[in-house]
Amino acid sequence: MEKEKSTLIDKIWAFFASVKFAIIIFALIATTSIIGTILEQREDPAKNLQILSRLFSESLAPTLYEIFDKLGFFNMYRSWWFISLLALFALNLIICSLDRLPKIWKLVKEPMLPLPEETLKKFLINREFTIKNTPDNIKFFVSDTLKKSGFKCNEVKEDNGFQFFGQKWNYSRLGVYLTHMSILLILIGALIGIKLGFKGYMEVGEGTVSNTVISGDKVLTLDFLVKCENFETEFYGMSDMPKEYRSWLTIIKDGKEVVKKSITVNDPLTYEGITFYQSSYGIIPNGLGRGIFIFNVVSKDGKSNLLNLRFGDSFQIPGTNLTGRIIDFSPALRYDERGNTFTYTNMMNNPAVLIDFTESGKHKFSGWIFKRHPESWQLPDGNRVEFYNYWGVEYTGLQVRKDPGVWLVYLGCILISIGLFTAFFLSHRRIWVKLIADKQYTRIVIGANTNKNRAAFERKIDMIVSTLSKNKEGAK
Amino acid sequence: MESPLLFGISTMAYFIAMMIYFIYLAFRNNPVGIIATSFTILGFISQTFAIALRWKEFAELSGMGFIRSAPLTNLYESLTFFVWCLILGYLIIEFKFKNRSFGAFVTPIAGLVLAFIDLTGVTKEIQPLVPALKSNWLLAHVTMSFIAYAAFAISFSTGIMYLILNTEKKNEPAYIFWTLTFGLFAILILSMGIDFLTFKVKVRPEIFIKSYLFKTSFLHPSATVNIISWLISFAIIFIVWKYGFILKRILIKFGLSADMLDEITYKSIAVGFPIFTLGGLIFGAIWADQAWGVYWSWDPKETWSLITWFIYAFYIHSRFVRGWKGKKAAIVAVIGFMAVIFTYLGVNLLLSGLHSYGSQ
Ligand code: HEM
Repeated sequence: MEKEKSTLIDKIWAFFASVKFAIIIFALIATTSIIGTILEQREDPAKNLQILSRLFSESLAPTLYEIFDKLGFFNMYRSWWFISLLALFALNLIICSLDRLPKIWKLVKEPMLPLPEETLKKFLINREFTIKNTPDNIKFFVSDTLKKSGFKCNEVKEDNGFQFFGQKWNYSRLGVYLTHMSILLILIGALIGIKLGFKGYMEVGEGTVSNTVISGDKVLTLDFLVKCENFETEFYGMSDMPKEYRSWLTIIKDGKEVVKKSITVNDPLTYEGITFYQSSYGIIPNGLGRGIFIFNVVSKDGKSNLLNLRFGDSFQIPGTNLTGRIIDFSPALRYDERGNTFTYTNMMNNPAVLIDFTESGKHKFSGWIFKRHPESWQLPDGNRVEFYNYWGVEYTGLQVRKDPGVWLVYLGCILISIGLFTAFFLSHRRIWVKLIADKQYTRIVIGANTNKNRAAFERKIDMIVSTLSKNKEGAK
Repeated sequence: MESPLLFGISTMAYFIAMMIYFIYLAFRNNPVGIIATSFTILGFISQTFAIALRWKEFAELSGMGFIRSAPLTNLYESLTFFVWCLILGYLIIEFKFKNRSFGAFVTPIAGLVLAFIDLTGVTKEIQPLVPALKSNWLLAHVTMSFIAYAAFAISFSTGIMYLILNTEKKNEPAYIFWTLTFGLFAILILSMGIDFLTFKVKVRPEIFIKSYLFKTSFLHPSATVNIISWLISFAIIFIVWKYGFILKRILIKFGLSADMLDEITYKSIAVGFPIFTLGGLIFGAIWADQAWGVYWSWDPKETWSLITWFIYAFYIHSRFVRGWKGKKAAIVAVIGFMAVIFTYLGVNLLLSGLHSYGSQ
């Protein structure tokens, strides 16, 4: 009874430790993921119904939808069975490592011993040659050559000569395990991020502060305030192709400004473990009233005046009695073929203000002034209204994230790179070199082994052999 | 000289090299082989200059500094870079294994990809970068991904040659697999060729073929055309299956040993896998993390990279399972590269996602 029980457990253990199980898991994760990329994840059911009827048929789609829905395919990567697959994958890695590590560790740590000639000759890599000198004379040269090839060798005196033996990169055998363990680290890091962190979104208007983050269907409150000093979009030349989005943020904690930083799309701001990413922007609804337009007004004879104006404000061109009033604004104004204006997007692509000019109470002229187009700044009577900037009408959309596990993920990424490199490009190499006195000659027998890439090691050994045999006379 | 002209020269050089490689295979005449290699090198040098020129042009135009201006930002540029890596990888193998026979397989891939760029009307204009793409991580990500893809492309061709050489019977799965793969590639190229011919002439030529893909064959509004397309496809697959052994006879003449093919398949995956892990998955994740605050979001492009990664992990480990050497492993290597192609082109052409990148 006892015995049978333990063999069953042994069998289960062996199954979980096996590479066969690993490749089954690989295949399962890969194929289910394929389905996950075809069906839309966490989307409107109508979309998936459409995809299904396109792939199969109109009549089959609703039934299929129900089946896939029951199996969780529309939120697949969070479904119980996909998570279980990942868990099995992790379990497989852990058990496989526990199973093999002791043996590998022994191979890494195993001290090398001198070996008899017959054993050396049985190695897959072995060489034998004779040189015209005595072992005593050439032993320094031999150990030096081996050292130059990266083998720090032990030396033992034998009956009729010497034996050198050494190894290198024995730790490279652990590369595979480093790789496997890093995968676990990444999974643990991801889990910590999901359990202890959050992902959310917040909007902060120019000149305002906020501490509310919307995360899924929850609303979180930060214990500090985020202030958006300014938001700007830079474009490529006159095109509507955005070049950079930039927000100037200030963090206010307990009434004090603690951090100031301008963020761009690839350059976020982190404070107290919470990171703010530039993610979107827009125009504050009904925010026109609080916006400020910055003009430089220049009269014909060169007098100028820098003005901060609000919508509806009036201003005077210095040295004249011409009065302008801002009566309309468009974030992106364009003229159509007939010369009529229209707003082509609600993003701040081509902002323009409509200014109405009066002289001594009488309407004189009116026109659109574009920020981007200096030629529109010229008034018909030679005065200029330069539209420099605007402020206070846009909000910046920030992706907010706290992820206490991300450093583990990154650590795992670094280690997996090191692990893969060692696993594929380094090998544990061992070499034994025996010098045997044979009258005034020395017979050299080399035996060597490696756990992979034997061809490369053989080339190395042949180089050692040719160095040794070429320098036979030079050695003292 | 202008970079399009230089690209043209390299396309021609690769096609000429291909033909000379075939002559070399037929006659085994060394001087002929040297000429073939010279053409490949000529194509490579000319392409190197073309890329460098484009880089310089972009740097001057964008004023973003040299590193940020690497010409790897759209489909056209990345495909070109892929070809460049592929040829470099091939030249290294030719030099190391002292065998020119692969030339006949690699140069047509290079020529075809360059021609594909022309065919699909992928935009060749130098475009400014949108903010999300302005990242050094992205540059490292794209460069390394394509080096890995080139390594995987080599394993694909050696893998398929291995299958051709090692299959005996028409009803064995490995034979059916490789003839099916060949047939599918032929059908894809054919149907896209017809799409191109029809739409490049009829519709606006500068438009990307994406929206018209397969509209002249499988997705044509008329049911008759659909049925005919399917019938022709089956016929192509059947013909390849029926006469596949002819390819084997040709290959036998090349004097390639199955062991060597197996070794090159493994070695190029062993080179590609770590580079893909670091550059494709890790740098991609870091970039997404910097730009959007999510290092992994299961969007189709990311997921397909992961699928590709698992397929190659499958390949690597299958060598440790008894009885999985040789043919089965070669099949996995071939499937792996199909996943690469799908990750790169299929996701953009057929699925949609976060990555606007490459969709031009
Ligand atoms: C996708 C995740 C994995 C990656 C990236 C990975 C990576 C590697 C690499 C690079 C090697 C060395 C291959 C070679 O030298 O040719 C290897 C070997 C191995 N892997 Fe994995 N592995 C993964 C998952 C697993 C899992 C889940 C198992 C569980 C059984 C496993 C078991 C093994 C074993 C037993 C070896 C052979 C080790 C030896 O040489 O003695 N691997 N793995």
